Amino acid sequence: MDFSLTAEQRMMQDALLKTLADVASLGQVRRYADGGVDSADLWSAMADFGLAGMLVPEAYGGLGLTLLDAALAAEAFGRFVSPGPFLGAMLAPLALMEGGTPAQNAEWLPRLASGAATAAIAIAEHVAGARDGAGVTFAQRRLDGLAHFVLDGVGADLIVVADQTGSLHLVSGSAVGLTIDPMPGLDQTRRMATIRFEHVACEPLSGGPQGLARLRDAGWVLLAADTLGACDAMIEKAVAYAKERKQFGRVIGSFQAVKHMCAEMAAEVEPCRSLVWYAAYAFDAVADESSLTAAHAKAHLSEVGRFVARTSTEVHGGMGITDLLGLHYWFKRVGLNRQLLGGPERVRRWAAKLQGLVE
Amino acid sequence: MDLKLDDEMTAFRDEVRGFLDDHRADFAYGAGADRPREAALAWQCRLIEHGYAARTIPKRYGGYGAEPDILKSRIISEEFTKAGAPRGLAGQGISMLVPTLLEVGSEEQKLAWIGPTLRGEVVWCQGYSEPGAGSDLASLQTKAVEDGDDFLIQGSKIWTSTAAQADMIFCLVRTEANAPKHDGISYLLFPMSTPGIEVRPLKTMTGSAEFNEVFFTDVRVSQSAVVGGRGRGWFVANATLKHERGMLGDPNATEARLQSLVTLMTEETVDGQRLIDDPIMADRLMQLQARVLSMKFNGLRTMTATMTGEPAALAAMVVKLQGCELNHQLAALAIDALGELGVLYEDGPHLRAKGNWQRSYMFDLGLIIGGGTAQIQKNIISERGLGLPREPKLAVV
Repeated sequence: MDFSLTAEQRMMQDALLKTLADVASLGQVRRYADGGVDSADLWSAMADFGLAGMLVPEAYGGLGLTLLDAALAAEAFGRFVSPGPFLGAMLAPLALMEGGTPAQNAEWLPRLASGAATAAIAIAEHVAGARDGAGVTFAQRRLDGLAHFVLDGVGADLIVVADQTGSLHLVSGSAVGLTIDPMPGLDQTRRMATIRFEHVACEPLSGGPQGLARLRDAGWVLLAADTLGACDAMIEKAVAYAKERKQFGRVIGSFQAVKHMCAEMAAEVEPCRSLVWYAAYAFDAVADESSLTAAHAKAHLSEVGRFVARTSTEVHGGMGITDLLGLHYWFKRVGLNRQLLGGPERVRRWAAKLQGLVE
Repeated sequence: MDLKLDDEMTAFRDEVRGFLDDHRADFAYGAGADRPREAALAWQCRLIEHGYAARTIPKRYGGYGAEPDILKSRIISEEFTKAGAPRGLAGQGISMLVPTLLEVGSEEQKLAWIGPTLRGEVVWCQGYSEPGAGSDLASLQTKAVEDGDDFLIQGSKIWTSTAAQADMIFCLVRTEANAPKHDGISYLLFPMSTPGIEVRPLKTMTGSAEFNEVFFTDVRVSQSAVVGGRGRGWFVANATLKHERGMLGDPNATEARLQSLVTLMTEETVDGQRLIDDPIMADRLMQLQARVLSMKFNGLRTMTATMTGEPAALAAMVVKLQGCELNHQLAALAIDALGELGVLYEDGPHLRAKGNWQRSYMFDLGLIIGGGTAQIQKNIISERGLGLPREPKLAVV
């Protein structure tokens, strides 16, 4: 009975935070957001770190770690509002391990593990709802249709896409008949895409909608973890600012009005850390609690994330809303995490259904 | 992370289950809210004998004498909750005085008081807060003046639970009139039957007198009744307060309350539809379920930190603030889901759950305030947890 991180997990997270401090400083995030650089250098540093292969089995050149390890990495990514095709790198191997043939695994897993190939996941309309004509149909070994809100879709080497039945397919990023267009969003630290499929060749994964369910659960946990890391950073920044900024002859952090805002953020976030860790652990170790705790982690972190994002901004006063300070990158990151793969109201309705509480 | 029980703990859990199976007939004789009855005392003694109450208190003081093992304590707690078995007695004597005596009491005090307190033979009340000393407890003014070998005590206390039933009081009084406020207080033990003590019930918004006011007029107490040394009372009391705060946010109790709320919302109907079929009510329930789970897992995390000797820091500091608020919110949702039924209170054919949701809704607001108000908790979190500076003291005019 042990609810804590192992020494290896702490070391991994510390090392990752150090690496990100080098390759994903605010200046670098800003250059990426402004379109000055892409995330290729950052991602190659992450691949050197072993990050891309975290969830790829060792037999395929990965580290064979658990979703809790991936969630710790996601926390670090959120803390630095780091760009890079992280979510696809974690989810694509899960899809392959759920339903890939040995040949498919051998083709993709080693390249994903080394970071040589990046992946994007197109499942939004099955989890967050179909909008603006979204929907992909599989017929006669070909895919047709439209997928929106595909994170890191532009430039992806592999696309994992769900068809009308919820079954997953592999599509090469260079397949004929694909049109991939950026979907400019508020959060400039990550890029979304719209993908049009016109009679595109694909390789079905086996297992039907079960693979999609696993991707959804893992995606929920990783987005929650990203928000958790972003919240940690926003609280740290607010506390540091409150200790430094003086008004009325005192640091503002000595006013209860300000320090209570900081305390409320910490009081909301600390139990969330336990929830995210548990949901990540349950994904691999407690099958019957995995989906429910993943849903709650996603929905609850969305709410707490919104509270922390606005409260931290307020603690910074007028500076909080400036571009100069850059706090808005965290604010927007948390905002995108909230809506991706379903907003909290939708996810909670799903959680109530899962437990048989409502129809 | 490994939340499975190992072989030793699985065996221990089976042992607890075996005990509970064997004693199911006795469950009706548990501890009540009132002064313990004979059967409740017998149950308490049986629990101590098997190590399910007073588990880690040394045998020579009347406990079971086991090595502290937080995981075993948790297993006991979980299995008792699951079986619906009454736990041992839990008055302020057991939960607060006994740990304090174990930490700072003299050998004579330990031998005299711990055993009878554990067995429920002596009931205690706590004399801390005063009308003028709430959050600023250290400014308390109840005075003890030396008179030969005794103190003569004048003053009053408030928020004193079970004062009317108590045999004894553990009480903070100012013994050193000229010392700085934190250094002038002593922690005294004396009988509630001492001449000069008057108890007046303090009725709250629930309609019951859960608390009392206690008045002291020339109350004569031997100077040997001090625990932990004269003028050390503030530090002695702080050892006790930490036990109280731990108790006030118990996630097991919160989880049980969520379960009752789910039952209520899936069984009660309005317009022929279950309460939970209102999507807004269902959404609120799910929001609270996420919070209950968070606090449950947070409890596992702080437990592990205690087991490994690591400082639990923020995760432990937020429990009172978050846990008490959550309990209040659960009761609030029950009342809202019940609609007009939610405002019934007196016994009647339409009252649900004996009015427990309504009572909790009001009483839990008291718990948000008591035991260190939410605002004091936020001061603690921001100062000790986040390192923000204290509010500067006003210059005395």
